[in-house]
Amino acid sequence: MNVPLLPESASNFSTDVDHLMYYLVGVSVFFTLLIFGAIFYFAIRYRRRSENELPKAVHTSLTLEIAWSVIPFGLTMIMFAWGASIFFRESRPPKNAMQVYVVAKQWMWKLQHMEGQREINELHIPVGRPVKLVMTSEDAIHSFYVPAFRTKQDVVPGRYSTTWFIATKPGKYHLFCAEYCGTKHSGMTGWIYAMEPQDYQAWLSGGRAFGSLAENGEKLFQDLACGNCHKADGSGRCPSLVGLYGRSVMLADGRTITADEAYLRESILRPDAKIVAGYQPLMPTFQGLVTEEGVLQLIEYIKSLAPPPAGGAGTTPAEINVNPGVATAAPTNP
Amino acid sequence: MNTAATEERETYLNAGYGLKSWLLTSDHKRIAILYLITVTIFFFIGGIFATLIRIELLTPQGDLVSSDTYNKLFTMHGITMIFFFLLPSIPATLGNFFLPMMIGARDLAFPRINLLSWYLLVAGGALAIFAMAAGGVDTGWTFYTPYSTTYSNTWVIATALGIFVAGFSSILTGLNFIVTVHRMRAPGMTWFRLPLFVWSHYATAVIQVLGTPVLAVTLVLVFCERAFHIGIFDPALGGDPVLFQHMFWFYSHPAVYIMVLPAMGVISEIVSVYSRKPVFGYHFVAFSSMAIAVIGFLVWGHHLFVSTQSVYAGLVFSFLSYFVAVPSAVKVFNWTATLYKGSISFGTPMLYAFGFIGLFTIGGLTGLFVASLGFDVHVTDTYFVVAHFHYIMVGGAIMGFLGGLHYWWPKMTGRMYPEGWAKLSAAIIFVGFNLTFFPQFILGYLGMPRRYHVYPPEFQVLHVLSTAGASVLAVGYLFPLVYLLWSLRYGKVASANPWGATGLEWKTQSPPPVHNFDEIPVVTTEAYDYSTVVGEAVEIG
Repeated sequence: MNVPLLPESASNFSTDVDHLMYYLVGVSVFFTLLIFGAIFYFAIRYRRRSENELPKAVHTSLTLEIAWSVIPFGLTMIMFAWGASIFFRESRPPKNAMQVYVVAKQWMWKLQHMEGQREINELHIPVGRPVKLVMTSEDAIHSFYVPAFRTKQDVVPGRYSTTWFIATKPGKYHLFCAEYCGTKHSGMTGWIYAMEPQDYQAWLSGGRAFGSLAENGEKLFQDLACGNCHKADGSGRCPSLVGLYGRSVMLADGRTITADEAYLRESILRPDAKIVAGYQPLMPTFQGLVTEEGVLQLIEYIKSLAPPPAGGAGTTPAEINVNPGVATAAPTNP
Repeated sequence: MNTAATEERETYLNAGYGLKSWLLTSDHKRIAILYLITVTIFFFIGGIFATLIRIELLTPQGDLVSSDTYNKLFTMHGITMIFFFLLPSIPATLGNFFLPMMIGARDLAFPRINLLSWYLLVAGGALAIFAMAAGGVDTGWTFYTPYSTTYSNTWVIATALGIFVAGFSSILTGLNFIVTVHRMRAPGMTWFRLPLFVWSHYATAVIQVLGTPVLAVTLVLVFCERAFHIGIFDPALGGDPVLFQHMFWFYSHPAVYIMVLPAMGVISEIVSVYSRKPVFGYHFVAFSSMAIAVIGFLVWGHHLFVSTQSVYAGLVFSFLSYFVAVPSAVKVFNWTATLYKGSISFGTPMLYAFGFIGLFTIGGLTGLFVASLGFDVHVTDTYFVVAHFHYIMVGGAIMGFLGGLHYWWPKMTGRMYPEGWAKLSAAIIFVGFNLTFFPQFILGYLGMPRRYHVYPPEFQVLHVLSTAGASVLAVGYLFPLVYLLWSLRYGKVASANPWGATGLEWKTQSPPPVHNFDEIPVVTTEAYDYSTVVGEAVEIG
């Protein structure tokens, strides 16, 4: 029977993690053999030969103590630096990454592409292109784990967590929930389908029944009558949302924060948490009225509300994502 | 055997008869025996849960028990083994019995608080067992929120309360040890003449006293949120779920050292006696225990690398984690160096000590793997971590416990254990352990998540190997239960110092009298001075 010793290697991180593993195993094998070897040798060489044997005391050697503290510590610092450098890259998604939203709940994965495709327990992605996941949970903590990519990120209720990767090899890979989440934790699994870019395009154009995320968000925005107060020209009782995303916002308590996904989410669900300077805390909470997916759609809609082109270079998020980057796919295979 | 042995000498065992003389005793030796019986019962209860888990995992499908039952099994396995076996195992049994004797004291500083500690453990354990019998708990031993506070429909509060109560047992034991070491040392027993077993228990006691209250607070907060919906951890109530993980691991990482430091103390004693040499680098080994206790409090965040903790916090915790590696490595190297030019004999305790050093080396080295950020992202919450902490806790703490139990058995009971059977089971346990847990390192790197009731079929071969190993391990654990009980009646009568050891506990009769020493000993030499003992052996021989 075929028993693999390594998982498939299918992302931009997997080879690096494997190399780090070889270093860790190498150091460990060396020290294990050193210690086992010394014990075996001493145990045989210095076995008790007569009952009244009294070995001479061996005095502690300061040099030895320092050596076997400092040398292993130096080797561990390589482990630290190497692991940290991989971790830093894992925590910095590139700006041009295509974004997919993930909502986890007991016990399924719900995934939404920008273009509107929704998937359950499956994620289709193109090979060679950075994919950034923005994730949240509706209930307990879950964890998005793809062993073939060597990436894992907890998915926490009440906040957004992100992870990213570039699939390097077309194929079908396990998706596991790695944080224990109740009865069907071990059933909260799925598949990642990494596809050649043209296959991915074909898949993408296959079903567009739902409209893009931003379009759905606009519909929701109207249904919830958000526009009654958040008027586009700023004449409403609440701040205008045009061009809000990514901008810095002055709060009533004097702090300045950047309007990112987490801020937008919090402002929808707990509007009184951060009041914009110059406005009254009028907005009611939408906790329980909007699902996590609804919040994500609203956020995408707000992100699409770009200010009127001033420099001319402004592109809407929708534009970036509808044309899956020829530019980003190209470098891998010139 | 001299005739005095056949006469009825007064010992702590025959000083009083009847249940009352045990349940109301304030003798640290009798309390240690009460603890020994209690933790042994918990060990086998936890072992039954483990057996069922391993049988279920023979096949990829969930066919022996339901998912809910499986989740309860691994939760109750963890809770029983950690809170009711491993934490009290060595300190409350061997520590309770020998810490006062090793420093030449008649008892612990607070004998009645010592008895209270045992009652607290029993009360906490009874609550936990009640919760298990009433329906069980399925949160994992880690009680992660908001699952434990909002979503689990099981006996979370009763179990948490049981652990809360047992925690005070641990705190009071620690307090008792600290005061005893400070105040009750015999004349001449300076700090640097203390056996290393005492040093490691002193370090353990510091963690027990400083760490356990944080666990108590955390469990109270879980109780408040679950029972009264006070928002602390559940974001739906305005809480922060990751805050729980910080608080939980602030105790539970140092708790690993509560489990393994006492075992390290046992190993220092055994390695010295069976190579008839003072422990190499005594001061370094003593201070490494204190260093582990202190640095152990600074590394909790390495359990949270993928939890949404900040990247820079991850960096700091990874860095600090490598500092704990140094004192652990210092111990292993010094034990190995103790063998150099020694006079090495291979009694059962020494076999356990060799087993400990080997398994702790592998457990410790794989700890370096999971402290490395990029590596841990891949293996955290997989079987790699399961294998790693079983190498530390089963390979380390239980090997130390069994080694110590054999080493001091003649002193505790006045009887010798059967050497052949004991060596055989030490070998079976070593082989069974490795067969059980080594495949789990590979499983983890392949991506098998922990706490999975059903799993993809490609992982089956390694799971079958692991279950096969667990069967061998189970046999290895049953043997000592049988032959140690057998030896109580049929074992050879033990002399005062059958191993030629130097500690004060060997300078009194086996089993010891109620007040340990006929007269308070005066200490004039360093620990582990074998010149006197071997001289004696010559006279007798």
